[in-house]
Amino acid sequence: MFGYALRRVLTAIPIVLITITVCFFILRLAPGGPFDGERALPPDVMKNLRAHYNLDQPLLTQYLIYLGGVLRGDFGPSMVMEDFSVSRLISIGLPFTLMLGFSAFVVGTIGGMLAGAVAAVNQNKWPDYLLVAIVLVGIIIPNFLMANLVQLFFGVYLHWLPVGGYHPGSLIHLVLPIFILALPHGGRVARLVRGSMIEVLGTNYVRTARSKGLGTRLILARHALKPALLPVVSYLGPGLSYLLTGSLVVEQVFALPGIGKYFITAALNRDYGLVLGTTILYVFIILALNLIVDVLYAWLDPKVRYR
Amino acid sequence: MAGITGKDAALTAYADALAAQAPKGRSLTQDALRRLFNNKAALLSIFVLTAIVLFAYIGPYLLPWAYDKIDWAGIRKPPDWAKGHYFGTDQNGRDMLARTLQGTQMSLLVAAVATGVSVVIGIIYGAIAGYFGGRIDAVMMRFVDIMYALPYILFVIILVVIFGRSPVLLFVGIGCLEWLTMARIVRGQTLSIKQREFIEAAKAGGARPFTIIFRHIVPNLTGPVVIYATLTIPEIIITESFLSYLGLGVQEPQTSLGTLISFGAPVAEALPWMLYTPAAILVTMLLCFSYLGDGLRDALDPKDR
Repeated sequence: MFGYALRRVLTAIPIVLITITVCFFILRLAPGGPFDGERALPPDVMKNLRAHYNLDQPLLTQYLIYLGGVLRGDFGPSMVMEDFSVSRLISIGLPFTLMLGFSAFVVGTIGGMLAGAVAAVNQNKWPDYLLVAIVLVGIIIPNFLMANLVQLFFGVYLHWLPVGGYHPGSLIHLVLPIFILALPHGGRVARLVRGSMIEVLGTNYVRTARSKGLGTRLILARHALKPALLPVVSYLGPGLSYLLTGSLVVEQVFALPGIGKYFITAALNRDYGLVLGTTILYVFIILALNLIVDVLYAWLDPKVRYR
Repeated sequence: MAGITGKDAALTAYADALAAQAPKGRSLTQDALRRLFNNKAALLSIFVLTAIVLFAYIGPYLLPWAYDKIDWAGIRKPPDWAKGHYFGTDQNGRDMLARTLQGTQMSLLVAAVATGVSVVIGIIYGAIAGYFGGRIDAVMMRFVDIMYALPYILFVIILVVIFGRSPVLLFVGIGCLEWLTMARIVRGQTLSIKQREFIEAAKAGGARPFTIIFRHIVPNLTGPVVIYATLTIPEIIITESFLSYLGLGVQEPQTSLGTLISFGAPVAEALPWMLYTPAAILVTMLLCFSYLGDGLRDALDPKDR
């Protein structure tokens, strides 16, 4: 078990390194840059700017300087937002994004599991059809459109919830964003649970449990739930990365202060320092979460460990 | 019908009569198509999609307004049948229906090209990994696993930002990142196909590995590839409209459904038709592709129901 976890950690390290390297060189070699304004800067100013951001050094030296910085948690300066370092911006935005993603993850996973189990038990009756329809809508309508629609209905037409924005501690501003993030995630979880639960309910040991007179609830809780949840655990890894990329949209639509918003603004402004920093961070978070999920899966299903 | 005795004519007539009585043989494709046409949802999806595609490409010729034509008298006007603005106009006085059709064209084009790119890459990659197996397979599939874990939308955004916002790049960029699942499916199929006798026969006949892959294995992958390509199309439409929504996709005066939604969303309170027209088309297309994909899966792979 420990060996398996260690092996997974060791294989994740080169992936992070490769990502940093590839992104760094793509962004440095790209034509155009953050200093290409409408008006050309005077040569002296340009020279000083380039020296300030180490752009006058050979590419390899720049890379080593950057890598050294990243190892120390310093992602360099932002090239467009003056006086801000990338690490500072990240430390402002990251807690919010993580909080949003985590809440949506919990809401979506639990909601999806419950809904999937209810649908499986009532297979081909109205709760099942209703659920399948909701799941379909949740998965098919792209999240940016869904976000705009709920914003319009609950925020503008009905005035029930705020349309966007956030100030610390305000829960009501988070209702719609979490709903939008949790809906497709919960939908996929529900679909998986429904499928595997129907399969499990048809197995011989469930029939045995039923024939010896156990109640439905007891069968579900004691015999059917655990094996039915295995496919969900293996979905959680990709699901988390959907959630994080989904937060790009949600933060944009609801004007929330997370790193997704920084990433998009930075990409539009060609603020390469910030783009690089946020990308590395996203990759790191997603790899770390995948790692946790994999280890969890290995713990639940011993077959995986020895593959 | 030459011949003195008329033997040929008699035999032909007899053979025709036999053929008329005998049950018609059905190929796998015919079987699959019959099952597909029995699926009401899939059939309806095909009709709706065909209608949308036809209307997107023919419709603009029938409308009184072109997608980039400005009607100075009708800026921000709700639907008006008398003037020929069947779905209203935007803030610049351009006809929403014409723009939506143009956007649909663009979204369909991106979907078609990017799906093509992803299918080609996925088939080649997956077939090579599956056929050669062993260490090559392990390394190639490990790479796919790694790519899976990465948030590819970030890379699409970076690519688009760096290389400018040309539609061609958008096609290729999305296609290059959407091939992973295709490669996995193709590899799995290849693993089972390569055990079959006809591959052994080809090997014994001295065919080279790449000849075997492209002549004997790839044609046998048609079923799963068609299914998965159908399921890839909506994903690509979503990705494209997402990028366009963020302002990174198709640029003015060209438009796509995502661009239209991003322009419609902020003004939806005052000019609702600007959001709902493109949104309705987008959702309808996605829904139809999803049903069609499910229908194809059931039709081509009935044991998996």
